[in-house]
Amino acid sequence: METNDDLTARGALRPAPENFLTPSQIAEVSKGRRDFLRAAFAAAGAVAAAPAALAQGAGDPDILEPLPWATSLGKPVAALPYGQPSRYERGLQRRQSPGLTQTDAASVSFTPLQGTFGIVTPSGLHFERHHQGWYDIDPRRHRFMINGGAPGMIRTPKVFTLDDIMRLPSVSRFHFIECGANTGMEWGNAAVPTVQYTHGMLACSEFTGVPLRVLLEECGADFAKGKFVLAEGADGSSMTRTIPIDSVLSGEVLVAYGQNGEMLRPENGYPLRLVVPGVQGVSWVKWLRRCELGDKPYGTKDETIHYVDLLPDGTHRQYTSIQEVKSVITTPSGGQKLLARGFYTISGLAWSGRGRIRRVDVSTDGGRNWVQAQLQGPVMAKCLTRFSAPWVWRGETALLQARATDETGHVQPTYGRMREVRGTRSIYHNNSIQTWRVAASGEVDNVQVL
Amino acid sequence: MSKFFSALLALLIAGGAYAQERFPGIGRPATRAEVQAWDIDVRPDFQGLPRGKGTVAQGEEIWEAKCASCHGTFGEANHTFSPIVGGTTARDMETGRVANLRRQDYPQRTTFMKAPSVATLYDYIRRAMPWTNPKSLSDDEVYAVLAYMLNLADIVPAEFELNERTIRDVQNRMPNRNGMTTDHAMWPGRGFGTERNKPDTRGPACMTDCRLEARIASSLPDHARNAHGNLLLQNRVIGPVRGVPTAPGDFDFDDAETGPMLLARESGCLACHGVAQKIVGPGFAEVALRYRNQDVAEALAGRVRQGAQGVWGNVPMPPQPDLKDDEIRALVGWILAGAPEK
Ligand code: HEC
Ligand code: HEC
Repeated sequence: METNDDLTARGALRPAPENFLTPSQIAEVSKGRRDFLRAAFAAAGAVAAAPAALAQGAGDPDILEPLPWATSLGKPVAALPYGQPSRYERGLQRRQSPGLTQTDAASVSFTPLQGTFGIVTPSGLHFERHHQGWYDIDPRRHRFMINGGAPGMIRTPKVFTLDDIMRLPSVSRFHFIECGANTGMEWGNAAVPTVQYTHGMLACSEFTGVPLRVLLEECGADFAKGKFVLAEGADGSSMTRTIPIDSVLSGEVLVAYGQNGEMLRPENGYPLRLVVPGVQGVSWVKWLRRCELGDKPYGTKDETIHYVDLLPDGTHRQYTSIQEVKSVITTPSGGQKLLARGFYTISGLAWSGRGRIRRVDVSTDGGRNWVQAQLQGPVMAKCLTRFSAPWVWRGETALLQARATDETGHVQPTYGRMREVRGTRSIYHNNSIQTWRVAASGEVDNVQVL
Repeated sequence: MSKFFSALLALLIAGGAYAQERFPGIGRPATRAEVQAWDIDVRPDFQGLPRGKGTVAQGEEIWEAKCASCHGTFGEANHTFSPIVGGTTARDMETGRVANLRRQDYPQRTTFMKAPSVATLYDYIRRAMPWTNPKSLSDDEVYAVLAYMLNLADIVPAEFELNERTIRDVQNRMPNRNGMTTDHAMWPGRGFGTERNKPDTRGPACMTDCRLEARIASSLPDHARNAHGNLLLQNRVIGPVRGVPTAPGDFDFDDAETGPMLLARESGCLACHGVAQKIVGPGFAEVALRYRNQDVAEALAGRVRQGAQGVWGNVPMPPQPDLKDDEIRALVGWILAGAPEK
């Protein structure tokens, strides 16, 4: 690790060339061998006719030399009819965790939380969990049906097209969606290296749609009889889940078609999905084709055989739906390395399925002492909240933790507390406090403190 | 409720005809056949269960033909998902609690160790299996294959016929039928009578001197460090941190994306030319075919630069004044080579 003095001496020279260079080339540059720089630019096709080499020490070549983007014509409008991220952002992608699932169509890809800002997840980085692959459904052929599980439950079973649903008054709301199995690999021990894999079954979007309650009422629903709603998808798995009636009646459950200003992405349920704020992602049935009002829960495969939480005594908790208060530091986080000593902003995400985040505390000594983090507004219910705390790193080893409290006063538990109550074999609903260890080298890795 | 909604409601009630409808013209009644086609759920209390029957012997044939390839001859396979059969005992069938679930060391949890209700298996197989061909089994076939699975799990004898009546007896032998609880605080609102339950895992809110030492109970095993590939490549190239290199290799920003294919896309060529087929202009493969073994690169470059018409029809190609000569040459060379992807 270099000292602050090294950095000051070289000023801002270091960061720019590093973008184009391998670590060994950077070392050469640091030693003063600028010809490496030139080679790198030429290789990138950046400088066609490079001017004579600058005298060493004259300054930053990215300031002193003419740069291609300042000396030639750029690309035309609509060159990419649907825009793409910069190619330099290629590191941030959805990725699978090897060994987690054995077949690609019943699997998971994780959101790269280590690189997202604010609270909104770019739609193309929204994590995926499919049980039977995904389809890009022709929206003109998609139908949504509401019927009753018994006579009298629904006066008139109805069919709606997307035209129908999109003609209705809509609402747009920001909510997080988290898979019940997020952080599931970490129940017993630290198992995966980065926040993408520990916490990346998490996303947050602005969803646009119509409250399910409005559509149920439109069909003459009898809410005195109806106590549960079954939601069903149109894909091969025809995924079914029992939806809490109180969430529906509150108006927060949406039959959604919009996500971040455009239609849902096919991987996220185009053209229609259920949004069940605060509840685990599996209930947000994708490619939604039907809702049924009934008087009993439905005990579907994914609420009897999976998404049930095994307790130490061998009992499974069933219908565990709420994603309880949770937070994680995303920068710095596992698998990353701090650039040098000095100032950093510890930054992360907090959320609760019970409402708003009230506060987040941050510790750099593994939970012995805490400071209150700043919450970045707006702080919305059942939505991600970005927090941050300033930190000067002087090269010491550190154990970084975040601990969230929600508006109901529920405080995120330690791993010790969690295991006391729920053991280590549950798979689902692990909202324990995450620890990142910062080594003297600046490398960060995943550890657990009880 | 918004003013708009209430006004609309008042209007409709005044009109009288469809008092329940706030939104005339939106949605239509579902036909009986439509509801039947989609309402296929079967609840744990058997509501929705269709009539039908199937024997263990019939089910064995279906299993061998349509299920065993993924789930194993005995339902034991775990290469596509968790194994279906195993881990339950005759005693479990009496108590309705699977003893192995209590063992911390028991390696796996099979479907029959967890499933509390047999109706759920019927519902799920009917809607989702076989995995690559869901909803292809008849109701009788679902009864049969489920009978065979129950036989594999020693829940029913080899001569058993499963039907809409015998399935209720089977429910009383399901090994984990008493293994579930809804006594927790994680269901929002009413439904299970648990709405007063308090969360069970509240952490301490202590701020200073909260513990004597922070002992590390677990850290990432060495073999897991690079099990997810090179972490250098899973982070940004700018910002306060970099990814840790955990495998050889570095970012390469100059691959396919900067090739002629990208240039063609970004220059708008692909809006008018398919690689294989004609869109407005000829497919690039057609161009390559037409000029095979001819020395036309320079001529074509000129036509691309200045615009062209008449060779392939009456539709003109607009000129390309913004492209540099070497870019046009690269594009034409690439087209004449058949426009390969890389
Ligand atoms: C091509 C592979 C394949 C075939 C063939 C197949 N399955 Fe499956 N099966 C799967 C996969 C994958 C899952 C897990 C799906 C998920 O993630 O929701 C599964 C899940 C199941 C489950 C739920 C098990 C559990 O614990 O989650 C049952 C029961 C089942 N299959 C029965 C059948 C039957 C009966 C057949 C034959 C009629 C069949 N399967 C054919 C791949 C297959
Ligand atoms: C607005 C539509 C349009 C665009 C954009 C366009 N072309 Fe064309 N192109 C055509 C048409 C139409 C023809 C056929 C002209 C003719 O019949 O002579 C053609 C013909 C060609 C030919 C064959 C010329 C010949 O004489 O056989 C080449 C090569 C070609 N285009 C390359 C390109 C390249 C490279 C680009 C992008 C830089 C491009 N085109 C952009 C419409 C287009």
